[in-house]
Amino acid sequence: MQPFETVEVTTDLLICGGGMAACGAAVEAAYWAKKKGLKVTLVDKAAMDRSGAVAMGLSALNQYVGVGEGDNTPEEYVDYVRTDLMGITREDLVYDIARHVDSTVHLFEKWGLPIWKDEQGKYVHEGRWQLMINGESYKVVVAEAAKNAMKEANGEIYERVFIVEPLMDGDRIAGAVGFSVRENKFYVFKAKAVLVAMGGAVHVFRPRSVGEGLGRSWYPPFNSGSSAYFTIKAGAEMTCQEVRFIPVRFKDAYGPVGAWFLLFKSRATNAFGGDYMVERKEELEKWAPYGLAKPIPANLRNWLGMLDMKEGKGPIYMRTEEAIEKIATSAGDEKAAKKKLKELEAEAWEDFLDMTISQAILWAAQNIQPESKASEIMACEPYFIGSHSGASGAWVSGPEDVAPPEYFWGYNRMATVKGLFCAGDASGASSHKFSDGSHAEGRIAAKGALAFIVDNNTQPKVDPKQVEALKERILRPLALFEQHKDLSDNPDINPNYIKPKMYMFRLQKIMDEYSGGVSADFTTSGKMLERGLELLELLKEDSEKLAAQDLHELMRCWENIQRTWQAEAHMRSILFREETRWPGYYFRADFPNMDEKNWRVFVNCKWDPKTGQWEMMKKPVLNWITANK
Amino acid sequence: MPSYVILEKCDGCKGQDKTACQYICPNDLMVLNKDTMKAYNRAPEMCWECYNCVKICPQQAIDVRGYADFIPMGASVVPLRSSDSIMWTVKFRNGMIKRFKFPIRTTPEGQAKPWPDEWQTGSDDLKSPVLCTEPASLWLKEVPVLKK
Repeated sequence: MQPFETVEVTTDLLICGGGMAACGAAVEAAYWAKKKGLKVTLVDKAAMDRSGAVAMGLSALNQYVGVGEGDNTPEEYVDYVRTDLMGITREDLVYDIARHVDSTVHLFEKWGLPIWKDEQGKYVHEGRWQLMINGESYKVVVAEAAKNAMKEANGEIYERVFIVEPLMDGDRIAGAVGFSVRENKFYVFKAKAVLVAMGGAVHVFRPRSVGEGLGRSWYPPFNSGSSAYFTIKAGAEMTCQEVRFIPVRFKDAYGPVGAWFLLFKSRATNAFGGDYMVERKEELEKWAPYGLAKPIPANLRNWLGMLDMKEGKGPIYMRTEEAIEKIATSAGDEKAAKKKLKELEAEAWEDFLDMTISQAILWAAQNIQPESKASEIMACEPYFIGSHSGASGAWVSGPEDVAPPEYFWGYNRMATVKGLFCAGDASGASSHKFSDGSHAEGRIAAKGALAFIVDNNTQPKVDPKQVEALKERILRPLALFEQHKDLSDNPDINPNYIKPKMYMFRLQKIMDEYSGGVSADFTTSGKMLERGLELLELLKEDSEKLAAQDLHELMRCWENIQRTWQAEAHMRSILFREETRWPGYYFRADFPNMDEKNWRVFVNCKWDPKTGQWEMMKKPVLNWITANK
Repeated sequence: MPSYVILEKCDGCKGQDKTACQYICPNDLMVLNKDTMKAYNRAPEMCWECYNCVKICPQQAIDVRGYADFIPMGASVVPLRSSDSIMWTVKFRNGMIKRFKFPIRTTPEGQAKPWPDEWQTGSDDLKSPVLCTEPASLWLKEVPVLKK
């Protein structure tokens, strides 16, 4: 194995990640760091211009409260999110994002993001909380502001450096280690506080497409659970690890449905023209009070569609042709209708071209013109994404002026580990922050982290032995490959090691079949999970035998180890929660009902770095923020 | 194969240390073959079809062929991105062609000012809930607080 140089970087605040939350953190941290004479360093595994979940672009800002316009209040947003997550949400965190997100949106507009306006100059709403944008360059614009801010504060940005493990000084975070995916360099970042914003996790479960389309996941395949792994390994308490997200999207290419449902007011019907949202109303009573609220929670909308599929009423169609005709004909005479139709056609295509180009290819390849033909929709595979209608992430402190003592321990967005801060998909129980709310949360967390640094302005100690051990461990897949490569004709087939791709397939098979993936119809049980955990244990043992031919494959090895830990936290949490609360996300066949009496609580878990044991616990769900007093 | 390199057009970004596609790919898939000086996608089955390599290529040497395991053959979607807009040409399997043009940004490239002058931060207190540029950037006089 070729030698690896160790590069040491000492900083005050280390931001791990380069997506929306990290860019928000950079803008905020740079502002305060410049004032206080502190140093900020950001590390991205890709190129900031196009990294993270918004790499391709986006066609809407999904969280806009409109407090300044008097449209809505943060309290109303809390009511909406609580219901969508079937009662399980941290009201303080959701409130906090909702009171700041408009500022982030207004900044985006200043920076150059085109937000649709009506004739009066007001934002065009897709739905109550959503704004339409021309979002092809959304990430480019947001990254540009972050980079400019970092430049003004003399901050440092490292791209193409993959963060793997936390560095600890006792119970305080001391930094992070990782490696360059471009050159033989091992990086040691020493910091007074670390802000984790490395996204959610995809490819933990087997996706529907397993050939060339393996990469066509709804959330990006490069979100590999880096946040969850990092925080778990640091010993942080995690929350809502059972609350996976399964979006219903246009079938196969996973194009967005939001504009169709909300802006174009389209219906989804089964193959016989039946509207499951109407025909299956009775089922919603079973999930009361959440099932009876408006809007109906995302997982229950999924569930009603799934029930139709189970009964042989599929495929389910988005009735694009019906929706477009309705809007066009209401535009007035024939000429006006024609003009409107043209407009709608461009809007419909832009919706895909801005954020899911594959869906545009699929439409063109199937000769689908949305104004004349309906398109299939379908539940995707499970993802871990605390920013959408999932909730997985670290258990973090709320803001001092909002959070009760149960939810507050000193600094906003600090995990249960001293100096470790989380935002975006990394922080849990604060769903529906989407891209712009994640940016706002990045700002909130950065300010919290700098307050911590000012109060704890000492460089944590890093034991050189700890660093050396991590370096050996992290680079081991390269050494293992070198050691054994000459044994077989095929570098992928060797009894002494496993390559990351097959390792990933093994993980996906366990998750799919035992933890309620696509092939198990999202259904599992205690016994299935216990057996799945046995198989996962063998996989974890074999993770020691992962081998890498080059730096790219070394990153793949570690991405898949990260996925494995996300998988374990998920399985243990589903096993612990003895009820079914989000039937459209997963179904516990042995506990098919919701149990408000015993399970209207958070399921938290914690891995102890000293003993290697997992601890499962219940934490109270407190309700004190509402617009309906 | 998701994104693929048109060999005739790729010039390996003229022997620089990294190609544009290699620089931008969020999944670290694009690589330069130093022998042929042509770029290639090393793992098409991990490609998200995000088109960032297609959009950035100075030679327009990268195209996308839709995932073969579920997309019928014969269609193509080709972008042409400028500094303020993007033009898409969508070719259907049946030969029909549609063209769309959308704005992509309203400010000159590179000019995003993180803290606009007109939105001065209302507090110097690191412990207050006032974020930089607030409350002005909220279009409010104060950051909302919880009514007790």
